Amino acid sequence: MSEDNKVKVAIVGSGNIGTDLMYKILKEQGHMELAMVAGIEPESEGLKRARDEGIGTTHEGVQPVLDDPEIKIVFEATSAKAHKANAPKYKEAGKIAVDLTPAAQGPYVVPVANLTEHLNEENVNLMTCGAQATTPMAYAVSKVTPVRYAEMVSTVASASAGMGTRQNIDEFTFTTARGLEEIGGAREGKAIIILNPADPPLIMRNTVYVVPEEDEIDEDAITESVETVVAEVQKAVPGYQLKNGPTFDKRDTPWGEKTLVMMFLEVEGAGDFLPKYSGNLDIMTASATKVGEAFSRHLLGVEEVVA
Amino acid sequence: MKVRITDTSLRDGSHAMSHRFTKEQVREVAGALDEAGVPVIEVTHGDGLAGSSIQYGFSQVSEMELIAEAASVCEQAKIAALLLPGVGTVPQLKEAVERGVGVVRIATHCTEADISQEHFEIAKEMDLETVGFLMMAHMRGPEVLVEQAKLMESYGADCVYIVDSAGAMLPKDARERIEAMKEGLDCQVGFHAHDNLGVGIGNSLAAFEAGVDQLDGSLRGLGAGAGNAKTELLAAVLDKMEVETGLDAFKLMDAAEYTIAPMMPFQPMPDRDSIMIGYAGVYSTFLLHAKRAAERYDVDVRDVLTELGEREAVAGQEDWVIDVAMDVAKEKEGAAS
Repeated sequence: MSEDNKVKVAIVGSGNIGTDLMYKILKEQGHMELAMVAGIEPESEGLKRARDEGIGTTHEGVQPVLDDPEIKIVFEATSAKAHKANAPKYKEAGKIAVDLTPAAQGPYVVPVANLTEHLNEENVNLMTCGAQATTPMAYAVSKVTPVRYAEMVSTVASASAGMGTRQNIDEFTFTTARGLEEIGGAREGKAIIILNPADPPLIMRNTVYVVPEEDEIDEDAITESVETVVAEVQKAVPGYQLKNGPTFDKRDTPWGEKTLVMMFLEVEGAGDFLPKYSGNLDIMTASATKVGEAFSRHLLGVEEVVA
Repeated sequence: MKVRITDTSLRDGSHAMSHRFTKEQVREVAGALDEAGVPVIEVTHGDGLAGSSIQYGFSQVSEMELIAEAASVCEQAKIAALLLPGVGTVPQLKEAVERGVGVVRIATHCTEADISQEHFEIAKEMDLETVGFLMMAHMRGPEVLVEQAKLMESYGADCVYIVDSAGAMLPKDARERIEAMKEGLDCQVGFHAHDNLGVGIGNSLAAFEAGVDQLDGSLRGLGAGAGNAKTELLAAVLDKMEVETGLDAFKLMDAAEYTIAPMMPFQPMPDRDSIMIGYAGVYSTFLLHAKRAAERYDVDVRDVLTELGEREAVAGQEDWVIDVAMDVAKEKEGAAS
């Protein structure tokens, strides 16, 4: 494929997520050319690895990325605070930002639900790992029947929860709950996160509870929709698995006795850079890669090939 | 010699009540505790602020209303609220304070104290008394616990508790943990017991002998699993030991007998399943969830609890109870076919 068919992209942030994303973009045989990885520590593991792969690097932060007019798409893998400061600069420099922090400066994107909906935006947000993992399940039920309430519980290995998550754990619950509403289609969303220090570290687990509005629901149609969405997510995240469910149960709820749909997920990472148990981080970088590829195709005017 | 008692009938007891406390019940219990001289009364959903959920069970009456009811009848007692970062958030804490909360108890798994920094700092900005809660503390030794407690102390905790959420500790476990905490910390130290192995009072006394500053109890032990150390019993025993608590043991015995006992759906005690929880080292709150799931999927509740222990489930992972019950059922089916 000639260079003309590629869009230059950059990763800002050379930590765990930025580095894993680098390997995913390099693996993706698509329309992105990774032109630069930006960090702040010249001797950081991430920048070393980027140099080893022959990728341009900078340890001067975001400025060299802004100064390069060829770079059209920037992946933000820093922190919510840093992205809030960087977002207007990307906009001014005419770059599209794919934000992996919970800064939520642009609309939410979850590939399986709305990959191509916001391709004319300058900034899109991937919310949280928990939202990438669980909103597809609420979305799958919503496609069949209206959803009154969706609740998710994420259990993440302590070893794969970085300081960003730890210091802003409230942010995770707010953003994920909003994702269940906006992407998952629930009238009301709720999110809970639990860190588990078991050793060896456990693979990311997510439970999704969905309460449909209607009393009469088509259980077979819901099961089919859930299985279809799981298969779709698996294309980008092969370790995304429904371990149990969808299972249906009657429960007393604040809206009277309702049927409850329960789904139990496990998300194992691809192990590109991060350990396999870090499915929470892997699903973020996998989604970011999909979103970056969609933007690149859009910029190049390449039609999505429907397999 | 003195020790301060916090009564958690209206918080830990919320588990045993399946989160169905009414306003009247809360007024009666809080009023009786206040009159008996209990200095701190905890009122929240069992899993803390915003615990009302499918995961943990919906509150029949909003905890904010229950906090306001309790505050309205107390003349001397402070009202405490529990907050688990990852479940409850700062906006709910602010609302609880508006409703009358003066003490916040911030709980994390015993290795994850660093998720509580924001909550402690904001609580201190609001001039609240702050307590750190290191849950499932039987899973780690004194060194790790002291290290984690120091984090909470550095964020602004006035007291850090060793919380035996699984009721799995023996008196020596409680003693060595509290001794290390007293040695390593400048702030106060507390101990929260569950009676799953029948040593809730014994562990509390061991903690007291090791120098603990604060202890938890609940009337009739109303709490998760086999319940907590009984407040009325702590009052009586500490009185016999000539420890100053400010509690009126007779009034607490009456409150246990005439106020709380009639509203309890069952008497928490170390029965078969609760002993199993202590023995397997599983979160006490899983008890009722495991019983329901075992019935729903037709499996032995002890198999579910044992497996949860093996998977090292921590506080708050009630969803794993159903998941594990379904796995146990599948296994049983596989073995039968």
